[in-house]
Amino acid sequence: MALLEMRNIVKEFPGVRALDGVTFDLQAGEFHALVGENGAGKSTLMKVLSGVYPFGTYSGEILVDDEMKRFANIRAAENAGIAIIFQELSLVKELTVGENIFLGREPSRFGVIDSALLYKRASELLNHLNLPINPRTQIGNLGIGQQQLVEIAKALSQNAKILVLDEPTAALTESEVETLFGILDELKSRGVGMIYISHKLGEVFRMSDRITVLRDGKTVGTNRMSDLTVEKIIALMVGREVGDIFPKSSHQFGETALEVKNLNVFDNDVPDKKLVNNISFSVRKGEVLGISGLMGAGRSELLMAIFGAWNGKNSGEIFVEGKKVAIHSPSEAIENGIGFVTEDRKRFGLLLEQTLLDNLTLAGLKRISGAFLTHRSRETIAAQKAMTDLHVKASSPFTVANTLSGGNQQKVVLGKWLLTNPKVLFLDEPTRGIDVGAKQEIYSEINKLAKEGLAIVMVSSELPEVMGLSDRILVLHEGQLTGEFTKAEATAEKVMARATGNI
Amino acid sequence: MNTSALRAYTMIGALALIWIYFHWATGSIFLTPRNLSNLMLQTSVTGILAVGMLMIIVSGNIDLSVGSVLGLAGGIAAIVLTNLGYGLVPAILAAIAVAVLIGIFQGALTAYLNIPAFIVTLGGLLAWRGAVKGITSSETIPIADATFKSLGQSYVSPNIGWILAAAAILFVLLMTFKHIKTIKEYELGEVNFTKEFLKSLLPIGAIVAFIYVMNSYAGVPIPVLILLAVALLGYFITNNTTFGRYLYAIGGNADAARLSGINNKLNVLKVFALLGALTGIASIIYTARVGSAAPDAGVLKELDAIAACVIGGASLMGGRGTIFGACLGALIMASLDNGMSLLNVRDFMQEIIKGSILVAAVGLDMAGKKQN
Repeated sequence: MALLEMRNIVKEFPGVRALDGVTFDLQAGEFHALVGENGAGKSTLMKVLSGVYPFGTYSGEILVDDEMKRFANIRAAENAGIAIIFQELSLVKELTVGENIFLGREPSRFGVIDSALLYKRASELLNHLNLPINPRTQIGNLGIGQQQLVEIAKALSQNAKILVLDEPTAALTESEVETLFGILDELKSRGVGMIYISHKLGEVFRMSDRITVLRDGKTVGTNRMSDLTVEKIIALMVGREVGDIFPKSSHQFGETALEVKNLNVFDNDVPDKKLVNNISFSVRKGEVLGISGLMGAGRSELLMAIFGAWNGKNSGEIFVEGKKVAIHSPSEAIENGIGFVTEDRKRFGLLLEQTLLDNLTLAGLKRISGAFLTHRSRETIAAQKAMTDLHVKASSPFTVANTLSGGNQQKVVLGKWLLTNPKVLFLDEPTRGIDVGAKQEIYSEINKLAKEGLAIVMVSSELPEVMGLSDRILVLHEGQLTGEFTKAEATAEKVMARATGNI
Repeated sequence: MNTSALRAYTMIGALALIWIYFHWATGSIFLTPRNLSNLMLQTSVTGILAVGMLMIIVSGNIDLSVGSVLGLAGGIAAIVLTNLGYGLVPAILAAIAVAVLIGIFQGALTAYLNIPAFIVTLGGLLAWRGAVKGITSSETIPIADATFKSLGQSYVSPNIGWILAAAAILFVLLMTFKHIKTIKEYELGEVNFTKEFLKSLLPIGAIVAFIYVMNSYAGVPIPVLILLAVALLGYFITNNTTFGRYLYAIGGNADAARLSGINNKLNVLKVFALLGALTGIASIIYTARVGSAAPDAGVLKELDAIAACVIGGASLMGGRGTIFGACLGALIMASLDNGMSLLNVRDFMQEIIKGSILVAAVGLDMAGKKQN
């Protein structure tokens, strides 16, 4: 009898099918790893399981102990014994360990919390897990690793039978990882089933009984760990042909447009931690340089620092067309001919409630209009031309941005940067969350721009995209440059191996 | 029709209803030249503050201190004139300078030290009021200077009114002509001369009617003339300058604005300084109208200005709002004050009604938005 079965789960977002008939099962006392590229559907699947996406927003069946479940919300899933620990911890920093563990379920009488009982139960629970943590400590005073352990204690206090861990070791030190694994082993022997999402294949190998690989929202296969090797897993993760949606074009590269030497980027909260560690690279006119790596590898931080938009400390030298430049702010980057199509268009890219014209001309306003006065007609002409060139589907430049589809919004962000007349263009996840048709249009635009002599640096989590478009690929792993491939050398397996640090 | 135009027409409609109601309820007193002139005068101080406040709100900030700053700047003008015996110009310059410096100071605390504008200006609301009481020793300072008082109390002669009207009409025609030329030059579409001509008739009609009504009483009041100039300036800044555009961008999405190369901090500082300058101007009109500087001058004026912006469709989240809306909002607020006073509605009821209308206006706006 399976502890958990998920059958034929389908979950759609507008324009994207995130899960396409996924099947998954978990036995009591089993450690089951769930792996796949970024965007393969792992997190979405877990959100379906934990009631974040309630019944009715997906199709398919969820059975716990052979009983059909229809979770209306997270609480319903918790009551069925499912606990999920997300990448971003959901603890309240200002409350104590004990208060966090029982948040929303405080032992109380007539609404008055029985603190003594709360801390007694909390310390029993922590002792039971052999965690040397004082339940009266404020969460904010604990290290990230200990917070993770508190989160697990919280899950277990709800009598979880099924524990989902999403990249739990991303922020842990090695000794904290050992403590965590000790506890997980203990839980296993008690019959708790665990679903473990991780990019770290070493850990996956060490702990798992079985492994399920997801790709493009589909289950590629579930295998016993003993039947697999790291190479096989990587092949399963990336195993698809790089399709024809990447237009082929060959052209000559020009001189070096951008050169970066010894770039270091430091964490904002932990000043000693390097998010980008001594990276040097250059990109030539007409070249598309792809930057690959897993989430948290330091890719966006690298671009932000070069662009003068990183809020924390950074060091290194930047040369544009051979000339050393000092860039302290995005406006200086723009003056030096760098454009940056940022990730997450809704958060960093668009003025959602304003018109396409306002959005398109924002970054290049002084170039299009003048330093002090705006020039409506010149702006309209520029906006209309950008919309035509990029095939933005909207009735006029005066359409409000949030009425457009994701693909068209992305084209507007791209257009905004092209209107600054850049020499170097950064693209961060340029096709995230947009449909295939719009993707293809953006791909051919990138190719066209490169052909016209623009130097392009593209960060993408989608391996086929990086492989298909780039002339050269840099691979980052935990802030370090771990690989560099030309288009001819690169294979998905090689890139993935470097990105996961398995080399 | 786009939403902002729809909002403008709705507001004009609401204003018309309010006027018609008061005219009926007051037994045909409300819509007389004398009362309309008075109404415009009542609008002037709130209107000037609302123009500055609108730009602050559009940038995603707020200023709760303008009432106190108005009192302080007015007090300083009175001290310079009456106590120190300097002339008109030093008094005006001192008032404006103090208000601008306070704006820069509060703007710097907000933009560069990241203290929320709400907190900075809430502190300012208390502190600057304290300063007014300190410099005036909590006593009203009378003003004797006739020229200064005329800034708040006199009218331009009917002939000059008509000359200004002619200039304004010429300006409207010039803008229409320029608009047509732009359409042709950039090939933005067919030029429909009849339509353009009809479109320019509306503002021309409004100008003629306005001057006619004002002249039927005593001419255009000087404070109203200043309000019109300030409103035009505000309109120009929000519509025709990069600074104005950046304010909308910062209020709409500060991260996107910053990553698009905009210096958010400097622009926020500038808009606080600008509101300071307008508060200084408003303080002179206020002091000149009353003819003295009282320690409680300008109390609650910040709330009138904010309410005017909000009734005019500005979003306190930033990124949305127009000068036209804010001025119309100020006129609606003044109309309620004026009409209810004529009807002898008791003070406490006036406040309850004004408060309810403010909340209802925003509630209706939200309900309309949800339907879209």
